[in-house]
Amino acid sequence: MEQKPLKKIDIIFGWDDKCTPIQVVEKTIKKTAENIILDMIDSGLKGRGGAGFPTGLKWKFCRNEDSDIKYVICNADEGEPGTFKDREILDKVPEKIFAGMTICGYVIGAREGYIYIRGEYNFMLKTLQQKIDLFNQQLHDLKVDFRVYLRSGSGAYVCGEESALFESMEGKRGEPRNKPPYPTVAGYNSKPTVINNVETLVYTSEICRMGPEQFKALGTSDSRGSKVFSVSGDTPIAGIYELELGMPLKDFVEEFGDGDSKAIQVGGASGHCVPRKKFNDTIIGFEGIPTGGSMMIFNSSRSMYNVLHDYLEFFTEESCGQCTPCRIGCQQLLKGIEAVKKGERPPTYLDDLKRLTATMKIAAKCGLGQSVANPFTSIVDNFREEIIY
Amino acid sequence: MTNTEVLIHDLVEKHGKNRNALMPVLQGVVACEKFLSEEAMVAVARELDLSAADVYGTASFYTFLDTKPRGKNIIRVCKTISCHMQGKEAIIKAIESHLMVKTGETSPDKKFTLLTANCLGWCHKGPVMLINDEVFPSITSEKAIEIIEEFAKKTI
Repeated sequence: MEQKPLKKIDIIFGWDDKCTPIQVVEKTIKKTAENIILDMIDSGLKGRGGAGFPTGLKWKFCRNEDSDIKYVICNADEGEPGTFKDREILDKVPEKIFAGMTICGYVIGAREGYIYIRGEYNFMLKTLQQKIDLFNQQLHDLKVDFRVYLRSGSGAYVCGEESALFESMEGKRGEPRNKPPYPTVAGYNSKPTVINNVETLVYTSEICRMGPEQFKALGTSDSRGSKVFSVSGDTPIAGIYELELGMPLKDFVEEFGDGDSKAIQVGGASGHCVPRKKFNDTIIGFEGIPTGGSMMIFNSSRSMYNVLHDYLEFFTEESCGQCTPCRIGCQQLLKGIEAVKKGERPPTYLDDLKRLTATMKIAAKCGLGQSVANPFTSIVDNFREEIIY
Repeated sequence: MTNTEVLIHDLVEKHGKNRNALMPVLQGVVACEKFLSEEAMVAVARELDLSAADVYGTASFYTFLDTKPRGKNIIRVCKTISCHMQGKEAIIKAIESHLMVKTGETSPDKKFTLLTANCLGWCHKGPVMLINDEVFPSITSEKAIEIIEEFAKKTI
């Protein structure tokens, strides 16, 4: 499998004085929307929130919809345990996000863009609003018919799911919708909407600044470009790092581990747990294990039972409760591992619970319930003894 | 009009008289009053022309839109995995014994409510707590108490 050695990159947080975000907008909107879409598709950029949908295609689908009103939404409801990179981007280079949103608005034909930021980040609302006001003024001066607005969440993980986010913005409970229709057809206010992650929007403006070639040169054929990683857990150098995609996990552990890493949780609570024996043949990227950026390192002093227990408590609390497989499933998984630990259930009960996660994967309505199987099976399969004894 | 009604009237003026304004209006009430009283929810429903049940339905979904009375300051300690690994347990215990409350309770002087929260997005700088909207990363038990004491002094 194609892979790239670990390499630190400086695109997201880098600053080009000769081509600031507003200048990127000015330069880009001289091109036709079709050409911008072609650049996005050519760059190979896939969504950085975790699901990895090709950004250029998303923009194209939305552009093709016939509607006077369309929206651009920046998903800044960063709630995945172990992820904190969007906060840093919102803090350090928000202008790049606004530029990406404006370019997207130009491409699809939207006049309004909303940033939906999680309530836990309310402390940055004031400065962010000031920067938005300044940017909106610059757009006004350039006679660009697009404005950025700010909306805040109120502490619900599930609102990071795009359709739940729309519901929340519409003043409703953050319960995911049935799909289809997809957001590009009927999103916010049931109008065609492009919803992109914070980091994705920054890459779109960076691709417009430097051209798709430079972006495409990084990464592998399935995972073009670089990605911002949030590194935490048992590491001496926790923090935010932009790395080229397609690196073997072994490289990552050598760089960030404390010499005693026994497992890496790739992609947060809803991601996969990779044990030491698989570090060598795991690639970080869409061809291997994709991640929204969360990389949590556990050393041999950690109990993987506690880790799984934490995740299941998290999902039990954050399940919106709308669909039965997720609402009841999460509770039963949590009770189930507790019962096995106490010896009230035989170890083989773990296999019944695995079957339950398989059902949840098929029957749950949204990504939250569907993804509980990822941490559950990867931890139970690799650390079965720790769950039982 | 009561103070709450005036507040809600102003918030609706600012955010608009439609359903899309519901979240910002409720957030505005919580910012001032720390929780959504029955009176507030009924007033919001009236102003936005919604049913009170609809307003309660939305409010009760969100962790930060409390419908139970809260203290003047709300402490939220992150309890998710990396803060767990970095010792949130000790922090919570220290705050509990300092304020003489259990998690979920409000101190007798009504100055503080202690809650836990799911991932606050500071996994590289845990343990972390929020007091109201302010964030305090990399805290120790001692530091947490100091910060709480400062808030106590500022709170009348």
